[in-house]
Amino acid sequence: MTASAPEGAVAPVTCGPPQNAAPRGGPPAGPLLLGVRHHGPGSARAVRAALEAYEPRVVLIEGPPEGDAVVGLAGEEAMVPPVALLAHAVNEPGRAAFWPLAEFSPEWVAIRWAVRRGVPVRFIDLPAAHTLAMSEGRTVSEGEEQLHGEGGEKPHKEGDGTVPGGPHGGGAAGDTPPDGLQRPAGQKIRLDPLAALAEVAGYDDPERWWEDAVEHRRGGRHDPFAPFTALGEAMSELRAVHGDGGHGHDLLREAHMRLRLREAAKEFGSAATAVVCGAWHVPALAEPEQPAVTADRRMLKGLPRVKAEVTWVPWTYRRLARRSGYGAGIAAPGWYGHLFAVPDRPVERWMTKVAGLLRERDHPVSSAHVIEAVRLAETLAALRARPLAGLTECTDAIRAVLCEGSDVPLALIRERLVVGEALGEVPEGAPAVPLQRDVERCGRAVRLKPAATEREMDLDLRKDTDAARSRLLHRLRLLGVDWGVPAHSRAGSTGTFRETWRLRWEPELSVRVAEAALWGTTVYEAATVKACSRAVEAPGGTLADVTALAEHCLLAHLPDALPVVMRVLSDRAALEADVGHLAQALPALVRSLRYGDVRGTDAGALAEVAGGMAARVCVGLPPACAGLGDEGAREMRGPLDAAHQAVRLLTRGEPCKEGEEGLAGEGQAEEGRSGAGLLSRWRGMLRTLAGRALVPGLLRGRCVRLLLDEGSLADEEAERLMRLALSPGTPPGEAAAWVEGFLSGGGMLLVHDERLLALVDRWLTGVPAEAFTHVLPLLRRTFAQFESGVRRTLGELARRGPAGEGAGAAAGAGEGLPGFGPGLEAARAEPALETVRLLLGGARAGAAASREDGSGPVDERQEVRA
Amino acid sequence: MTQSDVAEQPALRPHAEDAFADELAALAAVDDRPRPARWRLSPWAVATYLLGGELPQGRVISPKYVGPRRVVEVAVSTLATDRALLLLGVPGTAKTWLSEHLAAAVSGDSTLLVQGTAGTAEESIRYGWNYAQLLAQGPSREALVPSPVMRAMAEGMTARVEELTRMPADVQDSLITVLSEKTLPVPELGEEVQAVRGFNLIATANDRDRGVNELSSALRRRFNTVVLPLPDTAEAEVEIVARRVGQLGSSLDLPPAPEGFDEIRRVVTVFRELREGVTEDGRTKLKSPSGTLSTAEAISVVTGGLALAAHFGDGVLRAGDVAAGILGAVVRDPASDQVVWQEYLEAVVREREGWKDFYRACREVSV
Repeated sequence: MTASAPEGAVAPVTCGPPQNAAPRGGPPAGPLLLGVRHHGPGSARAVRAALEAYEPRVVLIEGPPEGDAVVGLAGEEAMVPPVALLAHAVNEPGRAAFWPLAEFSPEWVAIRWAVRRGVPVRFIDLPAAHTLAMSEGRTVSEGEEQLHGEGGEKPHKEGDGTVPGGPHGGGAAGDTPPDGLQRPAGQKIRLDPLAALAEVAGYDDPERWWEDAVEHRRGGRHDPFAPFTALGEAMSELRAVHGDGGHGHDLLREAHMRLRLREAAKEFGSAATAVVCGAWHVPALAEPEQPAVTADRRMLKGLPRVKAEVTWVPWTYRRLARRSGYGAGIAAPGWYGHLFAVPDRPVERWMTKVAGLLRERDHPVSSAHVIEAVRLAETLAALRARPLAGLTECTDAIRAVLCEGSDVPLALIRERLVVGEALGEVPEGAPAVPLQRDVERCGRAVRLKPAATEREMDLDLRKDTDAARSRLLHRLRLLGVDWGVPAHSRAGSTGTFRETWRLRWEPELSVRVAEAALWGTTVYEAATVKACSRAVEAPGGTLADVTALAEHCLLAHLPDALPVVMRVLSDRAALEADVGHLAQALPALVRSLRYGDVRGTDAGALAEVAGGMAARVCVGLPPACAGLGDEGAREMRGPLDAAHQAVRLLTRGEPCKEGEEGLAGEGQAEEGRSGAGLLSRWRGMLRTLAGRALVPGLLRGRCVRLLLDEGSLADEEAERLMRLALSPGTPPGEAAAWVEGFLSGGGMLLVHDERLLALVDRWLTGVPAEAFTHVLPLLRRTFAQFESGVRRTLGELARRGPAGEGAGAAAGAGEGLPGFGPGLEAARAEPALETVRLLLGGARAGAAASREDGSGPVDERQEVRA
Repeated sequence: MTQSDVAEQPALRPHAEDAFADELAALAAVDDRPRPARWRLSPWAVATYLLGGELPQGRVISPKYVGPRRVVEVAVSTLATDRALLLLGVPGTAKTWLSEHLAAAVSGDSTLLVQGTAGTAEESIRYGWNYAQLLAQGPSREALVPSPVMRAMAEGMTARVEELTRMPADVQDSLITVLSEKTLPVPELGEEVQAVRGFNLIATANDRDRGVNELSSALRRRFNTVVLPLPDTAEAEVEIVARRVGQLGSSLDLPPAPEGFDEIRRVVTVFRELREGVTEDGRTKLKSPSGTLSTAEAISVVTGGLALAAHFGDGVLRAGDVAAGILGAVVRDPASDQVVWQEYLEAVVREREGWKDFYRACREVSV
């Protein structure tokens, strides 16, 4: 084809079948066969030139013939590439195949050219009815279970029959070489024709060879047909050597293409027919070697078929990129789009574009920089002996000159320009997308009917139908289709097995569904793909955003999205510098874990992440709490409490070794080393905090209280810590903060533990007059939170004067509470005790009987008093 | 080595252009590609000299730089576009080595060198005076002592500036005129030295170390920057560390530690993981500490550990010997790095199979 085409490819005239017998320089005599590389801007440009020179009366394109019905839409202004032709089985929206087209795809150029001139367009590939049917045997597409999460956004499911390039060897559109570079979908290793040609030409990278040989040659070529002739010859040579190259399925497709080609040639005359197809197929369509019509017919006979429909859906550059998991994707859609769109000087224009983007992000980039970058790119190209600086050279130059060697801005450039953010549009008139049908189908399955009137619905998640409804609504919400909005239940029930929804179907929701069609053909698939992509991309999202997303995934039951989201979550958590954020995010995660229990989801991954996060909080809290001011301490209290609750929930199953982690405050070092569970590490951390002088009083008090409440701190120890905190050496403000931390969330403790009360009392009376006014607001705030009953009791106790003084041994309820006689009147207390035992459950009752402190006995005493 | 040997011995470390003179000559002989003005070789040949390769007559050129091809290609192209080249990287990434060989291959002379230190004065970039001459004759061309940069300008050669960021900022900035105007005025004589074609400048700088003088953006703009990457694989890095440790160990008369290889691997693993912010299996992200954690530091941690093992231990390098060294290398900032290290210990080391002893040792030293 060109100077750098392999020699073997240009010389096959003797051994290979002569292509399009016409001499070079003129149009070929027979049908015009335009072998292309899908998504190749060079090919696209050449196709346009060839069509303009040839003026065919019909254009045949590699694609599903069912598409003939909707091809007219391609001419409309409202249709903006990238778009994809989507074929799906009517009864089973999950089985579908996409043929993505960008503005630089040769097929798209040909379609537009023909439609705008009123030239008929026909798709000639094997009908989707067959390909979809044949994909059946390959993989299961059983409702929801069909997605294999393999990362990020994953529009086309390899092996599911949705990738044109996958199961049927390079469907119409996507793939790098003319039909070659797809992954082997099945058993055999397939020949990659481009790689073979590149190897002959001495390139190790087929992509690069193609760039050098085709894409980067512009202008200066007068014969619009020459490149196709050359490429066709090269392919014939390859096929002469390699046969079908392992693309067995192609024979069927080519048989169909031939039939359609003959049909068109009969109708319009073979000299007025143009074919745009993968270059690999060109030899099969060229005249001399064609098998007989009957042979082709015979081959196609008896193929399985399903009822298939075809429509257009919007597409994005991002999903055209190979990175996105699209097996036939290209590396740099944005770059190709750029090459196709610019009239000349692609490198200079590219650099200017990059400079514009960098300036937008406040990187100082001058015109001098751009000049130097272009020079460097061109020098690099010369050094590497390439005809024109390609993307690699440009990127290297940008890194060295514009980014000062840093890869950070480069990532931005890759995201925004190299891959690009273009989003296609499809006109209103396009047929309904399969997602719409799937929404209806799913709605029917769970007996939910779209209604324009609003109604409220309570769901009991323990019932199958209700659980399925909840899942559907959550999934739709994830897709931006707010058919139902969660509402606060009027019943006020906050149980995890209950949900209340407000349902209403608004007409614009149909539009939303159409937009969401981009993500997939079934609700489940679309929601999964969208969740993954939201997790991966999440522009500047905080940790809490991802946690919320994870929660949403669980609610919507998207097990395939969960691993991806979890991965992102744990990455974010690892890099999160603010312990407060981590601690705040933890409760939602733990909550999700509990939902997971109710809904029967496997939340193993979630538990792992939550555990890891809790460990990080554990490590990060002590330094974060040190040296905080009043304000900071107050802000940190929320996260501390939240994390404490979360850890308690998280470790519910964990055996707590009360005995060993015992009473001694300095036990933490051993615990950590002995690899004890999270809970004991957490307690060790709390104990460290409680005893560290640098930590503000509020938090220290809080830690003591938390430990005391869960019974892992002995009363004596708590008393010691309180005495320490309230000793005369402590500034009154600090001591008051300690008291606030210790007492917030319930003063019942003071009512029942007179030693503590006495300590507070003694401290309070010892506060000097001038400091008292300073402390007063803090104390007021603390005591104002108590219930009025508690406040009154405390007041009464205080009036009675210092308690416990004079009484020898202060400990033990047996001494009698103020206002009560010593000892219990067992006979009268027995019924009440019995009730309490029942309330607390058998196991706890025993413990309560043996221990005379903690929350259990307190209740007990209350009960007794009542 | 005895006294008498010294005279006959070749230089302890010959210049690159001398050590590889035959390779350079062989390349020059076959090199028929266009050469920029005053270049000894074409850019292609320079790249081949650095990356290694085989010449048509079967002559093998040894690779001087083992690393991504892109780095060398961008560096050579930069010099060919007469932009100044800034090689950036953490210690131990062969910045100096690359700059020396580039200068040797391009200009055939790697000795026009300015070493940047905190005490580097402006004279070493511009020019100084021979004070005896100056007093005797007054300012004159003869009394002027040109700097390496000035000589490179006059002769169209490649000048090298090592450790650019160690120089005081005002001295750094004296390069601006040289790089943008390509001229060096000598006001005392009312003259100037104009750079001849072929003049260029290679600077190296360390971007992670503490105590460096950040380049002004005016100067930065005049350079194309190439960041030299750290060793690609753990294997390569273990190899480098083990080799260097072996050399250092023998010069410090430390007994060899045959069992120490596993420990070296562990040190390198810890350094790599913390540096890259992700565990080797790619499953867990980590925070990175503020230190550089360069290969050079890994070497000194292992050497320190060896010394401990040899003098106070049983001669075998164990986890306990390197733990303190690692802690010192990782925790540079007591507040933030401590958390990073603790997180790493708890999240990664604790769970890792066969790392129990290491975990324990680290817990012991990190209080």
